[in-house]
Amino acid sequence: MSTADSTEIKKIQVQRFKPDDDPKHHYLNEETGLWSWMTTVDHKKIGLMYLGSIAFFFLIGGILALVLRTELLSPAQSFMTADTYNQIFTLHGAIMIFFFLIPSVPAALGNFILPLQLGCKDVAFPRLNLLSFYIYVIGALFTITAIFTGGVDTGWTFYTPYSSSVSGGNIMMMTLGVFILGFSSILTGLNFIVTIHRMRSPGLTWSKLPLFLWGLYATSIIQVLATPVLAITVLLLTMERVLSIGIFDPALGGDPVLFQHFFWFYSHPAVYIMIVPGFGVISEVISTFSRKHIFGYWAIALSSLAIAFIGFLVWGHHMFTAGQSSLANMVFSFLTFLVGIPTGIKIFNWLATMHKGSIDLKAPMIYAMMFLFLFTIGGFTGIMLGALAVDIHLHDTYYVVAHFHYVMMGGMVMAFLAGLHYWWPKITGKMYPELWARVSCGLIFIGFNLTFLPQFVMGSLGMPRRYFNYIDQFQGYHQLSTYGSYTLGVGFLIMAAYLAWSLKSGRKAGANPWGSRSMEWQVNAMPPLHNFHHTPVIINGPYDYHKPMSEFQLGIPEKHNGHHGGHHEDPITTSVEADS
Amino acid sequence: MLPPAGSTNAAEVDALFNFINVISLILLVGISIAIVYFAIKYRRRSDNDVTPVITHNNTLEITWSVIPLILVMIVFGWGYKGYLNMATAPEDAYEVQVTARSWLWEFHYPNGNVSIDELHVPVNRPIKLVMNSSDVIHSFYVPDYRVKKDVLPNRYTSVWFEVPETGEATIFCTEYCGMDHSNMMGKVVVHSQEEFDTWLAESAQVDESIPPADRGRELVQRFGCTGCHSIEDNSVIQGPSFVGIMGRDRELEDGTTVTTDENYIRESILDPQSQIAAGFPGGLMQSYAGILNDQQINDIIEYLKTLD
Repeated sequence: MSTADSTEIKKIQVQRFKPDDDPKHHYLNEETGLWSWMTTVDHKKIGLMYLGSIAFFFLIGGILALVLRTELLSPAQSFMTADTYNQIFTLHGAIMIFFFLIPSVPAALGNFILPLQLGCKDVAFPRLNLLSFYIYVIGALFTITAIFTGGVDTGWTFYTPYSSSVSGGNIMMMTLGVFILGFSSILTGLNFIVTIHRMRSPGLTWSKLPLFLWGLYATSIIQVLATPVLAITVLLLTMERVLSIGIFDPALGGDPVLFQHFFWFYSHPAVYIMIVPGFGVISEVISTFSRKHIFGYWAIALSSLAIAFIGFLVWGHHMFTAGQSSLANMVFSFLTFLVGIPTGIKIFNWLATMHKGSIDLKAPMIYAMMFLFLFTIGGFTGIMLGALAVDIHLHDTYYVVAHFHYVMMGGMVMAFLAGLHYWWPKITGKMYPELWARVSCGLIFIGFNLTFLPQFVMGSLGMPRRYFNYIDQFQGYHQLSTYGSYTLGVGFLIMAAYLAWSLKSGRKAGANPWGSRSMEWQVNAMPPLHNFHHTPVIINGPYDYHKPMSEFQLGIPEKHNGHHGGHHEDPITTSVEADS
Repeated sequence: MLPPAGSTNAAEVDALFNFINVISLILLVGISIAIVYFAIKYRRRSDNDVTPVITHNNTLEITWSVIPLILVMIVFGWGYKGYLNMATAPEDAYEVQVTARSWLWEFHYPNGNVSIDELHVPVNRPIKLVMNSSDVIHSFYVPDYRVKKDVLPNRYTSVWFEVPETGEATIFCTEYCGMDHSNMMGKVVVHSQEEFDTWLAESAQVDESIPPADRGRELVQRFGCTGCHSIEDNSVIQGPSFVGIMGRDRELEDGTTVTTDENYIRESILDPQSQIAAGFPGGLMQSYAGILNDQQINDIIEYLKTLD
């Protein structure tokens, strides 16, 4: 990383390249046809294919959630058996986590935006990027096969010895799917790390890196380091199930709690794989829609790395009741509280960014504000669960269910929606309809809280999670929660409708509808196939709203293909910093 | 938001729960007001709005790192202290052995008595449960007592609690354990010491004044048989219905046919996997050897004869 001392200053000649607001050629019409999609190495098209896939899985996972909530309107059996219920909650969790949350921001939005923000033509390994996508698809096919060949009823956590020796489902197929999927995640992480290190434009020093990229960078490190542990764990599970090698099942001489250690050693950092890129999106959105320099750039950037690091040391807090020693419980509880501090720092810095800003309440900003509110609740209830004495009571109740939905859905999904609306004009060249976006925002906010606030109360009262049947005193809360989930569903339906509508009939967006300063908005309205026909030169930080837009559009012309670029102006001489 | 505080340890847990809730609520309201206030006060008035260049402020960064750090350290210390009280059972605690199995709770008392899904304990005395599972992982949870502990197949775990008043409390299983996880419930019945002593002595004896079939009916309820075997009609809950089970020819999984006489019932109770009825999955029921004595098995057989 560069410091002020090791930075050298170079003088180079640059020109201004104004982006084209309505380009004739862009990444979607330069090559067309199914084959061009299937063989594309363009990060933008790969990002779009991920976006389509995760939208599909979000739809499936969401429908499953509504089916579960409908069954829970009344205790005992209404329209499905306990066995079906157990399979559906397992699928809801596994699909949402492995097929939606983990790839949502990094693989879909990250793939599209990362090279644009760096000012480069693609990721470092474009073919590897396409391979990651195909691995994701193969993993998904295995999982879908598992669903139709026996199903899986272990919960997404696959706890042994139930998963390894008792359950009759097709667990081998499911865990193989997760195993394969992990490689997609590892390769994407690897690709992003190398791209961020090696492919930054001239002048784009670490201290000018957009915070979205700091978020993706921290995430990628976790993906590369943690995911192999998951792969090994599910492989051991499969070996035990198929070959009866005793690893986790005590009947075969194994230890079931060992599985929990292995599983959470991945799955707790995985929580940060899901949320840290969301932090990145929120930083971009809040700064852009406050038209103000981000407050505490280094505090936000480094807190992501701190979270990535400490996140590896807190897995034991999932096992406070599992029979760990009191000493281990104490250490894990202590470290859990430490991870709360960098998270708090981010919230305060975002608030300080809004202070004295020029706040434009467009849909991305509304989602970012919803994120701040909901994620803060998720954080506080995390403190509650980190407190040992209280966790004993709340562990494995609906309180935990509500907590991680506030973090994952109230946090991550809101950040994803903020990012989706924010970058929609860049991705599609069209504006989404603002009024309908606000209607859907409102429904999602009301529906979300109506679904999950009653679950905090239920959990505090002692309602255990993963219960098909429940005692009558909880029915009122369950009903509120179910009605909330329907509201949420309507909100998402409206969103799907207006986004689809905007593809065809939306207003043309122009290259930079939000007046943002960061690089992805300095390319054409829809980016050309190779993003830039010049080498961008960066002299300002991405949040320098006090500097004129022209200073953010500088670059060195490239021979032979300058005709695709924007309008050239006279050469300017400027100084750029470079990391040595 | 919390269930009634039924144990001596509950008050401390509840105090910390309330403390965290109050502090969180104050901070949440503060943050929410800031979000809404900023969004209104600093709303965009024109596209040419100029905002001040404020990049960072180290004093503020330290303030909003250190104050939350102090708060969470208070929560950490308090939580750990409360946990230690719950983790260490008093020396003189009354011990009950617990065996969890899919999907019922067995309680073994020091005098050899066994109860299923109903834990009987004396009031005002520390109770220590030493727990073990005979199959997958379960978790013993009594919300009213704020106690929870996983029950593992390969080692013993324990919890303790002391209840200051007589009454009842619900037991849940809180580690997902398969199909009937949500029905793996039970209750704690808290007696006065005299009542408890009487219960313990009486339930170990056979009450000769009650007809054997009636004692059998009480046993199939108490030992959880009816969780899987219907006594109402011919429907299948998990295993074959008890209605009309005696004196029939029954086809077994291996193709042979047996008559369901006293010997068949006795063997099915003590060695359930030896003769699986055709069409039913094996492996669900576990042996009741050591739990039901000969007298009790005889009583159950007498009861089954009355179900036609």
